[in-house]
Amino acid sequence: MMPTSIPLDYYLILSAVLFVIGVVGVVTRRNAIIIFMSIELMLNAVNLSMVAFSSFLGDIAGQMFVFFIMAVAAAEAAIGLAIVLALFRNKQTVYVDEINLMKW
Amino acid sequence: MSLQSILFSIFAIGAVASAVFTITRKNPVASAMSLVAHFFMLTGLYLTLQAQFVAAVQVVVYAGAIMVLVVFVIMLLNVGREVQAPSARSLRPTLAMLISGILVVMVSSVIASNPTGKNALSEKAVEIGTTASIGKALFTGYLFPFEAVSLLLLAALIGAVILAKRHVSETQS
Repeated sequence: MMPTSIPLDYYLILSAVLFVIGVVGVVTRRNAIIIFMSIELMLNAVNLSMVAFSSFLGDIAGQMFVFFIMAVAAAEAAIGLAIVLALFRNKQTVYVDEINLMKW
Repeated sequence: MSLQSILFSIFAIGAVASAVFTITRKNPVASAMSLVAHFFMLTGLYLTLQAQFVAAVQVVVYAGAIMVLVVFVIMLLNVGREVQAPSARSLRPTLAMLISGILVVMVSSVIASNPTGKNALSEKAVEIGTTASIGKALFTGYLFPFEAVSLLLLAALIGAVILAKRHVSETQS
């Protein structure tokens, strides 16, 4: 097997960049569904760094964590979108800055 | 330039570009499609890391199940293009870019000093990425979390149904 010539740092820096893109999405957008997609971006960035560590260190634990993170992300997707649906039914909006009932 | 570096460059640039597209498009459907492209780019990156099982699950679970759910909700709510809020928000994206830029530089400067000293994949990378080895680990060392996750998924299933269904009195009126 031919080992890859890409160092581990490249994957970690790529993962950090993708995570920060997700953070910017959460901070700047006002549509709840797009904020939700940005959270998925952040989860995937973490998954990438875990798989990179797993393959470079030869330890299966990283890929097991990715498996469980994917299961939790699926649960989070179902619950998150159900909350958006319930919110839309009550307030007729998906914009998070119009949902300010509990804002001080 | 080796084949590995060419593939890594293509998938890395594609992943960053599709992520930026996801957070900048005004139309939620365009965002969702960019996110699907992003998931496929990540699948390519997982394959360059010899993680075949994770790559397959990435396509099936993320690009398949989760994105179908998201697109379905976008369709159900009939969300149009995002309009700018009436209140002035011009400072906020600039500030977000600035702070996140600082964050990237800080994290990258730590990573760039190569704290792990790993420059090549482990020799075991090919064998641990297969479905057989993942399955063996799931049913031996990780059996309890595996069963706990099945309970979590059941709870999420019931929770989603209860949250999203209309109340009985509401449907009768």
